[in-house]
Amino acid sequence: MVALVATPALAAPARVVSMNLCTDQLALMLAAPGQLISVGSYAQDPDLSPMADAAKALPANHGRAEEIYLMAPDLVLTGQFSAGPAVRMLQDLGIPVQILPPADTIPQIRDQITRIGDLLGRQDAARDLLARFDEGLARIPQRTKGRALFYDANGFTAGGQTLSDTILTRAGWQNIAADLGITGPGALPLEQMVMATPDLIVTGARWPGQSRAEAILDHPALRHAAKVPTVTTDNTWICGTPFILTAIENLP
Amino acid sequence: MTPLFRLLVALVLALFVTSLLIGPAGVGALASLKALVLGGDGPLPIVMRQIRLPRALLGVAVGAGLGLTGAAMQGYLRNPLAEPGLIGVSGMAALGAVIAIQTGASLAFALALPAAALAGAAIGIGLLVALAGPRGGSVTLILAGVAISAMAGAGTALVLNLSPNPYAANEIIFWLMGSLADRSLVHVALALPPMALGAALIATTARGLDALTLGEAAAQALGIDATTLRWRLIAGVALIVGPATAVAGAIGFVGLVVPHLLRPWVGARPSRLLPASALGGAALLLAADIAVRVITPERDLKLGVLTAIVGAPLFLHLIWKTRSGGRI
Repeated sequence: MVALVATPALAAPARVVSMNLCTDQLALMLAAPGQLISVGSYAQDPDLSPMADAAKALPANHGRAEEIYLMAPDLVLTGQFSAGPAVRMLQDLGIPVQILPPADTIPQIRDQITRIGDLLGRQDAARDLLARFDEGLARIPQRTKGRALFYDANGFTAGGQTLSDTILTRAGWQNIAADLGITGPGALPLEQMVMATPDLIVTGARWPGQSRAEAILDHPALRHAAKVPTVTTDNTWICGTPFILTAIENLP
Repeated sequence: MTPLFRLLVALVLALFVTSLLIGPAGVGALASLKALVLGGDGPLPIVMRQIRLPRALLGVAVGAGLGLTGAAMQGYLRNPLAEPGLIGVSGMAALGAVIAIQTGASLAFALALPAAALAGAAIGIGLLVALAGPRGGSVTLILAGVAISAMAGAGTALVLNLSPNPYAANEIIFWLMGSLADRSLVHVALALPPMALGAALIATTARGLDALTLGEAAAQALGIDATTLRWRLIAGVALIVGPATAVAGAIGFVGLVVPHLLRPWVGARPSRLLPASALGGAALLLAADIAVRVITPERDLKLGVLTAIVGAPLFLHLIWKTRSGGRI
């Protein structure tokens, strides 16, 4: 028992670099002052990150092996989708890298908080955060509101096992895409979207500039079908963090 | 009306109706057509009128436009390789469209999109005619076309890569290959009027193109004014290819394949090849667009993939015939 308590304190990394938008946010919530020395540049973008202000206090990295190596980290946190050649190179250079899977469900988010807490040697902070998260979840009443559909650029929707599905269902909406048998993100042709006659449409946030991919969200058929309320997602829909409470509470 | 034209019209009509009836929503044919014509409540009329009808209409219009411009350019340049997609006219139109979209001009003013694409196409075809002209050989035309295509493709990729929008760079493939997925009646309204004007202009060149088959001097002796013919042709091609590309991307090979397939059936006369190619182009593009929906209903397979699968072997066949000494 003594060893168990002592080890994390000894092993707690002092120079942590996070290079994934989602690990950035959890590390910002859990790290001790000065322990986290850099976050990914996306974490500083208010369109993507609800913690942009906190992230701006730290130097940003752009996921490149060279810049991260020169920061001399003793732990690098990254996500599965950010793990590319840069991560392999850092591992070859002998830097410990932790690759974390995306957290899409509430149990996965809880596990992620615990795991990052352990990795940073900040178990107490993780326990506090979990307690606040659970308290927030408990405040949201269980309700049934109707059938909702998430619809994003390129006609992509979010089926079961996605963060959007977690947010929708916890807010009391039935996710039509999951009912249609879609698991994970998947394309839903505009025709089927119209035929599904949702009671609520949740569209993806719009990015600066223009793209044909997003033009589908302006399609007249969508506007005709959407005589129902339409809400737009924001930066709290991207990562599995306690910020999903805000996303759930902001849904009608 | 000759049997060939009757056959082509029937084919286009059949493919148009098929295009209206094919879609992921999986509704019965009768119910679909009833919803299309009579409207009614519920989501089906929206699907038929706002999603499938524009797609089928654009299939006809863009296909016909590409077939027509292919035939006109092959007739004017007297070169079987002249085709809006292959020699960069569509690529220049795509560049114009992308610039209009990424600068926000198309948001401020909807007509900016077809207008910019039209300007791009006009520059492309203008350059070609200046470089290759009715006397230019195949080599000049292809060299000019390769240069224009490369420039247009690079420009399009550059503009899209510089966009702050995370999706924009992935759309290079749309602008290079073309697609009719999820277009709306707004796009039909933007593209159709200038395309109709362009088709009318090209129709006036039919007699001139016929005369040109005898050679430039003979055409002039027959009273064909080379300058006005050239300007009508450039304007007509730009008016068709520009708006078509602005809404459907750069679809290649339609203008190459269709005139080649139909030329033997119309006695190689440009004046008869023009309307035949328009109908043939509409049929080919509708068929390709039906095929992309049947082959991969869940993803947006680009039209250019299918037209290239049909077009590239024809290109190889052309090379084979040139090699064996026969005329193209």
